Amino acid sequence: MSVVAPLKGLKVLDFSQFLAGPYATLRLADLGADVIKIERTGKGDLSRHLYVSNVVIDGESTVFHAINRGKRSMAVDLKDASDRNCVWALIEEADVIVQNFRPGVIDRLGFGFEAVKARKPNIIYGSISGYGDGHDWDKLPGQDLLAQARSGVMWLTGAQDHGPVPIGIPVADVLAGAALAQGLIALLVRRGLTGEGGHVETSLLEAITDLQFELFSTFLNDGNKVPSRPKHNAAHAYLAAPYGVYEVRDGYVTVAMNDLRTLFEVLGIEAELKTLDAFADRDEISALIGASLRARTRDESVAFMDAAGIWCAPVMDWHDLLGSGILQELDMIGATTRGDSEIGTVRSPLRIDGTRPSAIGPAPYLETTNLTWKSRS
Amino acid sequence: MKPLDGVKVLDFAQFLAGPMAALRLADLGAEVIKVERPKGGDLCRSLVIQDQRVGEDSLLFHTINRNKKSVTADLKDTDDQNRIKQLIADADVMIHNFRPGVMERIGLGYETVRALNPRLVYGTVTGYGTTGPWAKKPGQDLLVQSLTGMPWLSGNDGQAPVPAGFAVLDITCGNHLVQGILAALLRRATTGEGGLVEVDLMSSAIDMQFELFTAFLNGDGKMSQRSAISNANASVGAPYGIYACTDGYMAIAMTPIARLEELLDCPSLAPYRDPEIAFTQRNEIKAVVREHLLNESVQHWLDRLEPADIWCAQVLDWPSLLETDGFAALDMLQDIATADGTMIKTTRCPIRLDGGVLKSTRGGPPLGGDTEAVLG
Repeated sequence: MSVVAPLKGLKVLDFSQFLAGPYATLRLADLGADVIKIERTGKGDLSRHLYVSNVVIDGESTVFHAINRGKRSMAVDLKDASDRNCVWALIEEADVIVQNFRPGVIDRLGFGFEAVKARKPNIIYGSISGYGDGHDWDKLPGQDLLAQARSGVMWLTGAQDHGPVPIGIPVADVLAGAALAQGLIALLVRRGLTGEGGHVETSLLEAITDLQFELFSTFLNDGNKVPSRPKHNAAHAYLAAPYGVYEVRDGYVTVAMNDLRTLFEVLGIEAELKTLDAFADRDEISALIGASLRARTRDESVAFMDAAGIWCAPVMDWHDLLGSGILQELDMIGATTRGDSEIGTVRSPLRIDGTRPSAIGPAPYLETTNLTWKSRS
Repeated sequence: MKPLDGVKVLDFAQFLAGPMAALRLADLGAEVIKVERPKGGDLCRSLVIQDQRVGEDSLLFHTINRNKKSVTADLKDTDDQNRIKQLIADADVMIHNFRPGVMERIGLGYETVRALNPRLVYGTVTGYGTTGPWAKKPGQDLLVQSLTGMPWLSGNDGQAPVPAGFAVLDITCGNHLVQGILAALLRRATTGEGGLVEVDLMSSAIDMQFELFTAFLNGDGKMSQRSAISNANASVGAPYGIYACTDGYMAIAMTPIARLEELLDCPSLAPYRDPEIAFTQRNEIKAVVREHLLNESVQHWLDRLEPADIWCAQVLDWPSLLETDGFAALDMLQDIATADGTMIKTTRCPIRLDGGVLKSTRGGPPLGGDTEAVLG
């Protein structure tokens, strides 16, 4: 695994906490960078104790372990002169700095982009906020659910009578982190050519707007007409039948875009297709498909539709998924240890030269000794 | 200078994940040339939603392929392929999303192409990787969501599984490809060699869920269960979720119940002050919050919660988002022009560099519009 490390030797100082910023530095760590978390003395990154389940690993939350594997940690008081000197010593040799405080906070702490650039002109500096800077919204808490609420994304998922439906995973955080990682590496490419540093910024709202860019652009050019979700079997606000989720005897299946004539033939549905419009009559059509599938089991439905070339899939849960062996085949599941704990992990989502680059090692303990870049074991 | 000025990208991909990655590289300054089939080109050109077409092509095509050029080539034709190989010899990056084995059969697989141009970064998108029993399955967003447990995380317990209602995996997977390609370009500056970057929708789906999935891997084997009321994250306790008010909806994120009781003037929350039960009794607590918030307007509640720095927000739709100063200040929109001068509104790259945004007014290219200029 260690042969693939495109960012080997890269030094990243990470002032961020929770998800968006630390997700960006996790990607850099996976790609080979040495990441040191700068954390508050005492509690450290608040996600150390943000429990999303009753699972505690070696005294800390699984979330913290998931996001911070392979990094190092140094606990400091950024208002203490001697601690500040230690941080500056790390900055002198760092390539990248990441922070996700609310706008203005890092500047007041003395480690803002301008302050760092004055001492280290070729620094690559990354900032994530909730909603950008310099307007009324910049004081708002940059939190995933709240960014989803403001972005309009909640009207795309679920059915008409569901009300707004959030996506149940922190998509704004993850994609803001992904955008930041891209900007940081792009600036590193530029630094290789020109020697100059730079500041890359993104926010939860920019990332979640980009996530919706296809449909949002449709709206912008369509007289600002808002999307209308299906009444039932919902999987997409803008796509015609049969695209949707269907209940079967022992579970659910999804059917993606398919030729309706073929699908009706395969399912033995005797409706007059000529009188039905795949978009305008999508609720009527999906009701017909639903009725035809209901009596079959999930595996039967998928098997016979698959055989006919219909694009469909069983709706699986994580047990089914692990049982299928696909993640093991893809080498997506890893393991590490910390203290006496064995920790199962998810690995980097990309492969380079046939191998999956992944930060080896667990998430760090909150470390109170002063670190140097050389001290990485 | 844009960071990827001078970088040449060949985009053989179609639909969303691959072209979206190439779009991001174009945003960052790269020159992107789409290589398309002479007849029809990228299938996305004819994928029309809401009857929206701009000239020959769908609006969707322009959204995903703005700021690119297009050449047409029949890759199965020897002459055409030779011309494309000349382009490849001089390119920095190529991207494709054919199913596993197809590019190899055509004669443009990674090993062949690497011999032609050892500095090339070769990026591929698949549904499920290149080996294993699922490699040949259709790599389609909804289907991969279904296979990875994602639809069990949205919507409420008791409802059918609810997939994210648009192509979140395509976009996330495209983002992952960009990271790998950029990292490989950076490595090339040191080693002089290109490399192979592979992403797949399946791995991207797991990465999107990695927090909860890690809890699952290390837990008692149970999958996170959605809350029955106002679910917004299966693993977070009350009040986290969306609530109806008299005139709309609001979101409330992590907040101590005791604070909520006081600020909302909601004595029925008194039995639930203990933070330990915010998760175990989340449905009871959320039911109380739901009944209480129904009685007043969104603004009424925001006026009570926001001054106390409680994490809450009005739920906006796109028209109301467009009216806010917050969105306007982000300068998130741009106008692009098609070849015939038609103007289209779209969003910009979400990355800001050195205090500026990355925009370009070029729309999507007409099919083969640059064939002559590029291939001569």
